[in-house]
Amino acid sequence: MARFDDTNLAIANEIISRYPRPKSALIPLLHLAQEQDGWVTDDAMRHIAELTGTTPAEVKGTGSFYEMFKFHPVGKYVVNVCTNLSCQLLGGEELLEHAEATLGVKAGGTTADGMFTIEDVECVAACTEAPCLQVNYRYRLRVTNDDFDSLIDDLRHGRADDVPEHGTLGLIRQSIPAGAGAGIVAPEEAREAPVWLARNDVPKSADDEGGEG
Amino acid sequence: MPTHAYVPHAPGYVDNDGPKIVTSRFPHEDSFTLARAEATGAYDGLRAALDRTPAEVHGEVREATVLGRGGAGFPAGVKWGFMPPGKFPYYLVVNGDESEPGTYKDRLLMERDPHQLIEGCLIACYALGLAQCFLYVRGEMALAQERIAEALNDAYAKGYVGKNILGTEFSVDITLTWGAGAYIVGEETALIESLEGNRGMPRLKPPYFPAAIGLYGQPTIVNNVETLANLPWLMNNGAAQYKTYGSEASPGTRLVAVSGHVQRPGVYEIEQGVTTFRDLFYGDNFCQGIREGHELKMFVPGGGSAPWFFPEQVDLPLEAKDVGAAGSMLGSGAIIVMDETTDAVKAALRLVRFYARESCGKCTPCREGTTWEERVLQRIYDGEGRPSDIDMLLDIADNISPGPYPNAADPAQGLDAIPFPPKQTTICPLGPSSVAPIASTIRRFRHEYEAKITKRDTIPVMSVAMEGEA
Repeated sequence: MARFDDTNLAIANEIISRYPRPKSALIPLLHLAQEQDGWVTDDAMRHIAELTGTTPAEVKGTGSFYEMFKFHPVGKYVVNVCTNLSCQLLGGEELLEHAEATLGVKAGGTTADGMFTIEDVECVAACTEAPCLQVNYRYRLRVTNDDFDSLIDDLRHGRADDVPEHGTLGLIRQSIPAGAGAGIVAPEEAREAPVWLARNDVPKSADDEGGEG
Repeated sequence: MPTHAYVPHAPGYVDNDGPKIVTSRFPHEDSFTLARAEATGAYDGLRAALDRTPAEVHGEVREATVLGRGGAGFPAGVKWGFMPPGKFPYYLVVNGDESEPGTYKDRLLMERDPHQLIEGCLIACYALGLAQCFLYVRGEMALAQERIAEALNDAYAKGYVGKNILGTEFSVDITLTWGAGAYIVGEETALIESLEGNRGMPRLKPPYFPAAIGLYGQPTIVNNVETLANLPWLMNNGAAQYKTYGSEASPGTRLVAVSGHVQRPGVYEIEQGVTTFRDLFYGDNFCQGIREGHELKMFVPGGGSAPWFFPEQVDLPLEAKDVGAAGSMLGSGAIIVMDETTDAVKAALRLVRFYARESCGKCTPCREGTTWEERVLQRIYDGEGRPSDIDMLLDIADNISPGPYPNAADPAQGLDAIPFPPKQTTICPLGPSSVAPIASTIRRFRHEYEAKITKRDTIPVMSVAMEGEA
């Protein structure tokens, strides 16, 4: 496992095609690797290095800066409990303690059956809905201990439809239809002003508009 | 139309009676779809822009004084003017990496109205001759990524984005890109580094700001999501109309998220510069007061990085100049309200821990200093503090942010306000931000620190969770 399969390789190449420099695709490709395998493997990083014209060390150097990338297997469901100030004020830490007690692991740990990893995370931008958590980056808001217990129960029994396995982010990907794109603009290749800026040089008259009107 | 009420499909958003410049579609359950967006005037602002010259569009934005909504509050029209002429290509980078503690607005704008954001990006690209747009969404925001991807796909199919937009010679691609969990990437030069495939560490500035040397070394405009979301309305209604809302210095509206110990926490679109904190905390169409039976102890007026305010500052308007003179900032529109049950040391510790975790490690005063701050605060909180620890905290803070740190006035102690911003020995403001909770709480609640240190005991603070369940 771990190099991109054919489907993901095609997706990877499409992602790369949207940036003037392939290295810019590094973070999206690391996400793609994590989506494929649940975590980021060494083979995946080698493959990403090949695809982006970088070295595996550069790929890991970048990837290891970011919290979302896991370089070891984690649970099928990663439960991120926010304990930052807004959530702390309304019981975020108590929720985390409850989560730890319920699942029998401390924050950062994974349950023995490989189902759950708990994390103590920073603000996830749902501050008015405290305390909140994310499970595989899907929100649960104003979470009580009972809510948490039923969430875990749902996840164990495959009843949480909106939560994919760890690694999958958006279920819809950007895709630019052939011929519809303006094309990437590389810094080396576009030294001229974009054509529409010429409108600034033409005195405006009443009926020379190019718009749909 | 519902008034004064939560909107179930936009969690936290409260539909109040104020003007709606960026949240007009929020009450619609399907606000994120192209069909709903088109039915409610989406891309009319783009059409209006295309009927004018790019310079005229830029002029309108400058005239309206659209202030940046990311934190610094710098006027977008002026920032746009900093690009060196003729050094093409220019790029647009959209900062959707919302992660300042307490901040919740850009995610709503991206999830609930992606077409408004896309339209805003296009207007900016048209006005300035920006050749490609990169829309950078925070990694953790899976739904926002999904909604924007779908919106972009639909917009491409309809010819709103891409080649020859709406049949004109205006062509630009918008590339959706996303991060992977790092607060510091919200800093614009760190965002550019991240977009280039690097670790998200801020670049040294001055001398070169992104407008001069940015993405791939080219002039780059980095704008916040909410800033760009204002542009479609502005194109449709004009600067004169825009300026009828808010104050002269801060026209228009802004989104604020009020969290913590209020009756009705929520995201509110308010008029800038005129609404006061009191209106917001106690007003019927806003938060409706502090939690039942409790009173205001302190509040963070502009995100985790802002020095704290106290009951004396509650009558200040949400106006950058006034709040700055009073010793803090409006930042990202994140207001965290704490009542008298809040342990000041514990709250400060939590924010400091955030900065210690999120320091990128590039500048020594921040990398080492934030870690020290956290450890010293932790031991004070744990009842293991030493008498010298308060001075030590202030000394470490002085290494990151030398000189008097911005602070609110404290009439009881006869202390005047120290105006914002702080000085810094670091490249970016993350390090100095870690000082805000420390300086604010030590100056105001030194006795809480001393009680923990000298009595080796914590002052009795009711458990918030227990009380909430009562």
